[in-house]
Amino acid sequence: MINSVTSSEPIIRLKDVDKFFGGFQALKKINLNVEKGERIVVCGPSGSGKSTMIRCINRLEQHNAGHIIVNGHELTDQVKDIDAVRREVGMVFQSFNLFPHLSIIDNLMLAPKLVRKTPKPKAREQAMSMLERVRIPEQADKYPSQLSGGQQQRVAIARSLCMNPEIMLFDEPTSALDPEMINEVLEVMTDLAKEGMTMICVTHEMGFARSVADAVIFMDEGEIVERNTPEEFFNNPKSDRTKLFLSQILAH
Amino acid sequence: MSFEFSLIIDSIPKMLAGIGITLELLLLSMVIGTILAIFILLMRISNRWYLCWPAMSFIYIFRGTPILIQIFIIYYGFPQFEFIRESIFWPMLREPYGCAVLALTINNAAYVSEIFRGGVNGVDRGYLEAGAALGLSIRQRFIYITAPIAIRLSIPAYSNDVIGLMKATALASTITLLDMMGIARTIVAEYYAPYEIFISLAIIYLIMTWIIQNAFGLLEKRMSRHIRQ
Repeated sequence: MINSVTSSEPIIRLKDVDKFFGGFQALKKINLNVEKGERIVVCGPSGSGKSTMIRCINRLEQHNAGHIIVNGHELTDQVKDIDAVRREVGMVFQSFNLFPHLSIIDNLMLAPKLVRKTPKPKAREQAMSMLERVRIPEQADKYPSQLSGGQQQRVAIARSLCMNPEIMLFDEPTSALDPEMINEVLEVMTDLAKEGMTMICVTHEMGFARSVADAVIFMDEGEIVERNTPEEFFNNPKSDRTKLFLSQILAH
Repeated sequence: MSFEFSLIIDSIPKMLAGIGITLELLLLSMVIGTILAIFILLMRISNRWYLCWPAMSFIYIFRGTPILIQIFIIYYGFPQFEFIRESIFWPMLREPYGCAVLALTINNAAYVSEIFRGGVNGVDRGYLEAGAALGLSIRQRFIYITAPIAIRLSIPAYSNDVIGLMKATALASTITLLDMMGIARTIVAEYYAPYEIFISLAIIYLIMTWIIQNAFGLLEKRMSRHIRQ
């Protein structure tokens, strides 16, 4: 039997997805399946479409053709489906995007209160436990501008986790950080991966890819060029474009 | 030419008798104008042409014509129309006071809605994307993310506008209202000492400007406490 009883529908499915920005085609017939609990690292040169791809998964960008099905909801113009997907998919951005006018704890409590209708004491309790999980409970009453970049990014991760997402998307989460702060963020992401979170990470942190990812995807010019296990990807890349890219980022 | 200080001392209290009217005109047109401005702003940024166009026309007309002309049209022009005299607004439009408040209010609304739009446009898209990614609806994003950030961004321009509005209240004296300017003009007509009287009046306006400036300065400082390190 090819379809065994245990195999289930992938939690994320992209089928022939196209995305245009004006005349520029950012995504070309993208096909991607992600199983529940799978950890995927996406890399590729800038402008290759990796950010666009994950932004399509929670519809921060609208795809122009093909199908995107997340956790059983197909993304169309239906607001109901978009909301349903966004509730289950957390996202962490390169520039953190913490709400500057709210304290850290209020940043974490906003969505659970408004979207999940969690009562305030419960939301606070949950927010505190998430801050402990990212190891900065002592910063709860500060404002984002008072925190370092690494701390802000950990808060951003905690904020997403407060919605109890099934899936976490990371869009270059360490690219805007000073080098000494990258590790504290990667540690939190590694913890998450160990706990079995389904993750798609756009990142150039190859050490993280090696140690955490189930699969590495290489994108170039809007296409998925190669998908492989980290082992194979780094030691035995199939395509010339992958080899070139790896030689560029691993050269020094 | 001579400069009579005694005249200044005598006239200041007389002019201050009109400060009530000046402040009333200012506060009424500021508050009502700001509320109106919010509705115009929402229409303007709604992306629906049947809401957007009226808002844009309103802004264009009332920001694009001198407020003195607006006051004159309302005060001298409106009573010529039968339907206005028979409308429920007539008791208000019959009085110069009502005409002045109306003109200052719509003019202010046009300016303030543009000030707020500048604030809304100044909100970093990234915050709204973060809100969207957390599942907040468009309305929730506007109320809890855009609005508080936009209001803080708007304060400096808004305080400028309030100072401009305060000075514009002096135009109400042209339709017989006895605000401070109206009283000053009466005194000038009586003693023919425009120099002393208008300089004293200018000083009163300067003091009011100073108070408004500092009040908004404090407000801005308070609303920016999350930005200070």
